[in-house]
Amino acid sequence: MITIDNLYKRFGALEVLKGVSLSIEKGKTAVIIGPSGSGKTTLLRCLNLLEMPDKGTISLGNKTLNVTAGTRLKQAEIVSFRKQTGMVFQSYNLFPHLTAVENVMEGQVIVLKRSKDDARKKALSLLEKVGLRDRADMYPFQLSGGQQQRVGIARAMAIDPEVLLFDEPTSALDPELVGEVLKVMKDLANEGRTMVVVTHEMKFANEAADQIIFMDGGVVVEQGTPNEVFNATRNPRTLQFLNKVSER
Amino acid sequence: MFGEERTERIIGILSESFFPILMAGLQYTIPLTLITFTLGLILAFFTAAARISGFMPLVLLTRFYVWIFRGTPLLVQLFIIFYGLPSVGVTLSPFAAAVIVFTLNKGAYSSEIIRAAILSISKGQWEAAYSIGMTKSQALKRIVLPQAVRVSLPPLGNSFISLVKDTSLAATITVTELFQKGQQIAAVTYEPLWLYIEVAFFYLIFSTVLSYFQARLEIRYGRGIAK
Ligand SMILES: Nc1ncnc2c1ncn2[C@@H]1O[C@H](COP(=O)(O)OP(=O)(O)OP(=O)(O)O)[C@@H](O)[C@H]1O
Ligand SMILES: [Mg+2]
Repeated sequence: MITIDNLYKRFGALEVLKGVSLSIEKGKTAVIIGPSGSGKTTLLRCLNLLEMPDKGTISLGNKTLNVTAGTRLKQAEIVSFRKQTGMVFQSYNLFPHLTAVENVMEGQVIVLKRSKDDARKKALSLLEKVGLRDRADMYPFQLSGGQQQRVGIARAMAIDPEVLLFDEPTSALDPELVGEVLKVMKDLANEGRTMVVVTHEMKFANEAADQIIFMDGGVVVEQGTPNEVFNATRNPRTLQFLNKVSER
Repeated sequence: MFGEERTERIIGILSESFFPILMAGLQYTIPLTLITFTLGLILAFFTAAARISGFMPLVLLTRFYVWIFRGTPLLVQLFIIFYGLPSVGVTLSPFAAAVIVFTLNKGAYSSEIIRAAILSISKGQWEAAYSIGMTKSQALKRIVLPQAVRVSLPPLGNSFISLVKDTSLAATITVTELFQKGQQIAAVTYEPLWLYIEVAFFYLIFSTVLSYFQARLEIRYGRGIAK
């Protein structure tokens, strides 16, 4: 489903991704962990081209993108690649001038050109799925952080992406609201959605992930099943990181 | 303060001038305001869009335009277009000249308001729009502009109200708008104090009505914002 080969990205003098390679199978949930600044967000944003990589290959769904120094993509190419992904942001980024259901309809109506009726039906069923059917007509400012983030998940799913990308979806939430969002994500993982999740929630990673990807210093240091990485790793960098996290 | 006879005379002049001044307002001041505000807004929108497009020739052109019209007095702009252009063969009616100058002037100022409003919308909103597959122009139109409109309504409303008052400058290029009419009557009745107070009264009424509509619009576009 997703294959990344030798991906590079730099911001000015700072090289953030230094040859990242990995692959994620269809229907699996991959959780990316790693210290702050290791390039997790950047990698995720390269996957939907919010960040244009400098070099490397990304295959996603039925599209393959081969980027080299001279690559200049047209907007239409970027959009058609990006449409295969849905993204959930750390700070939700709901559209404040639209109600919950309108937030979930927007991409369907404007991008996929669905009729408003169809879009509304689908949006309501997605809101049902994230437990917010009764909040459909509320504006984001009327919702709690956890509810906003669940609308964010519904919005991302509404365009029927092949892959859902999550960048620390619970980091901005009050502790008591984290659970409701993780539960929705777990349900999606169990349903066989393909998901790539950057998170510091190790319990979620352990329970929901099929694959753990540990990044450090702009490369993938280790990847494997949760058991392989959390319980059986011999890699000193992984061990050091896991120790630090468990101290918290 | 005055004798009875003087008081009566003033009341007579004020009531006789009431309709001529009102008519001047309805015929010139209000249309001039509405037309130039509408055209100015359209111009401002395209100017702002051009400036954030990142397309260099457009960016430079619009920056130059805004620089000129914000950096020179409105009165001088009026004189150049109305009294100056005939010497190169372009003669405009007073009203047309006023519409052109006010539109260009308002367009320059309002484009800065709109541009600032667009820039005030967080990067996260653009990215969320892109993440659901929108193009740049779809994101601008559907997500960023509706929010920017809300941000820019108060300053645009204020600039609209100041436009009502600025139209009095059209008197200097012989448009017989409200102020010009008052001037004419004052000149023949020798009661400048009372006539100009009457003129001020009309401006006050016009701008008060506009403030009312501005407030209504702000409520309408306040959708989705905590009160
Ligand atoms: N747009 C940008 N311009 C310049 N530097 C950037 C940009 N985005 C990220 N960086 C830098 O790249 C490095 C990696 O950032 P990234 O956000 O990918 O890390 P991360 O692994 O997601 O960290 P965290 O766990 O703190 O979110 C950081 O040093 C960051 O400051
Ligand atoms: Mg990050």
